[in-house]
Amino acid sequence: MHSLRFPYFPLPKITNVPVKSRPSSPFSVVPKLHKLNLSSANPHAAAEDHCTQVKSWELVDREEKGDHQVAEELAAAGLRAELMPKHVAVIMDGNRRWALERGLSVEDGHRGGGRVMKQIVEICLKLGVKVLTFFAFSTENWIRPAVSGLLFFVFAALPFNFSISHLCLSIGRLIYGPCMQEEVAFLMSLFEEVINSDLEDFKRLGVRMSVIGNKSELPMSLQGLIRLAEESTKANSKLQLVGAMNYSGRYDITQACKSIAKKVKDGLLPLQEIDEALFQQELETKCIEFPQPDLLIRTSGELRVSNFMLWQMAYTELVFVEKLYPDFGEADFIAAVSSFQKRGRRRGGNKY
Amino acid sequence: MGEDRFFGSSLTILRRFLFRILAVGPIPNHIAFIMDGNRRYAKKQNLEQGAGHKAGFPALMSMLKYCYELGVKFITVYAFSIDNFKRRPEEVQYVMDLMQEKIEGLLKEESIVNQYGVRVYFVGNLKLLNEPVRVAAEKAMLATANNTNTVLLICMAYTSSDEIVHSIQNSCQEKWDQMQASKVNGACNGDICKQEKERCAIKLVDLEKHMYMGVAPDPDILIRSSGEMRLSNFLLWQSANCLLYSPSALWPEIGLRHLVWAVLNFQRNHSYLEKKKKQL
Repeated sequence: MHSLRFPYFPLPKITNVPVKSRPSSPFSVVPKLHKLNLSSANPHAAAEDHCTQVKSWELVDREEKGDHQVAEELAAAGLRAELMPKHVAVIMDGNRRWALERGLSVEDGHRGGGRVMKQIVEICLKLGVKVLTFFAFSTENWIRPAVSGLLFFVFAALPFNFSISHLCLSIGRLIYGPCMQEEVAFLMSLFEEVINSDLEDFKRLGVRMSVIGNKSELPMSLQGLIRLAEESTKANSKLQLVGAMNYSGRYDITQACKSIAKKVKDGLLPLQEIDEALFQQELETKCIEFPQPDLLIRTSGELRVSNFMLWQMAYTELVFVEKLYPDFGEADFIAAVSSFQKRGRRRGGNKY
Repeated sequence: MGEDRFFGSSLTILRRFLFRILAVGPIPNHIAFIMDGNRRYAKKQNLEQGAGHKAGFPALMSMLKYCYELGVKFITVYAFSIDNFKRRPEEVQYVMDLMQEKIEGLLKEESIVNQYGVRVYFVGNLKLLNEPVRVAAEKAMLATANNTNTVLLICMAYTSSDEIVHSIQNSCQEKWDQMQASKVNGACNGDICKQEKERCAIKLVDLEKHMYMGVAPDPDILIRSSGEMRLSNFLLWQSANCLLYSPSALWPEIGLRHLVWAVLNFQRNHSYLEKKKKQL
């Protein structure tokens, strides 16, 4: 869902032509995949046709299988249960390029991405990952209208007090919301569709839903759904599914700084008590049990973090995958986790 | 001897020709390096402990030379993290002694600093360094303060999280002092109070101003040697949109080809990123 923001090279409409794979980069280090077969009846395993609707959440309960059996199957796939990342973050890049390469609409690309998201949730439940964060929509994804609404954005860019700039930006978006580029409007409706269609399944599967980001700028209907989803799943504990919507790392750090500054100004917090632990408690990720991702996966081959969870990813292992997001499957996820498990994490300390 | 000099000159000419070709496209303004792999290099070459760091210094000098020749104006290197204090004390001491020796070497006549007119900044929580190193660093900053061609930022006793916390502390302190001053200075009627309150509110520009890296623009490329793909608490804020590149070469093995590859990739994505920066 980030192909709005990343380099892509528009291709002519292609039909019935095999998709050419991109030249491999010398520095993508994802090893060969190992297929993990935790379920004998996995409806997603052979999902070659990307237009097939996902009909149901068929999932073999990890607890029913028993830890021993799960550990055996993980070992067969080259994974170790004790090295499983607790928090995996995903930048879902490449939906638009994927659609363009196949002569499909951009909306089809995003829908394809939505199906992959569901697959990854299922895999994480099987593997025992505790937190899964998707970078659904960045603060940088709002496309500014090119007409008279630009005036608000001009004011927003001037070096006034941040509150005035923010107000101008908000007014611009509020008035020109209906004129937002079609793709952004589609994405907002897709988020609502996903929450509406999958909420009951998430409740059943023990998935807790959370959204981080500046929710106040999202459409009111989406805000309402988010509140409902968060409230109705807050007691779940098998997997926390975090959607980063209207979020960016810099936004998160800035809002934490402003919150701390207000407390200092109001005399609630002495200056000397500001430290890293306190700062972390002010970030949007304070609602997450393990706020720092162990592993970040980014698809489409782009080698950057694109302003995602900057503070939280201080020691995160980054895995960049060449495939476009709708082509990313269970095997690719397993390969990324396998790559993660082979890395030596020293955090600046000793190993040698 | 004569042959060596001829070979060296030919390589220099070829390199400069290559850089002229690269310069047809956009050249990154700021490149940051995480110099990872020194200890693994020492183990690989059966050197004594600590010798890997010494072996990494010529690689650093070469990369600085290539970057400045190419036209890169700002270079940042991650020399020593706050996390590195967790290492064995003898290794930490070795690195401190090496840094002191090399910092003092920077001020010599024939050093790269004078050759390329480099202004040197030491960036980080310098109070955590031992006194001889801190004094040498401050001396080097003072001695190069008038250089204007290029800039070298050496991150020592640095982590991004420490930088951000330091920035918020300093921003709050500055605003607090402004508030106290405005209370002392005048009677507060409604409009003036409101203006003062807005002036005293923390803004993004205040945070960036108080960051250790506030003296340089954001990096365009962040290169980490040794194949590890993580940021290790380095330039987290500043690297939000920069290209990440992690060649598998250990730091003492890094060479011109890695820099060229990084620049070519930067050029491939440059126009798109510039468009996005304008949108922001």
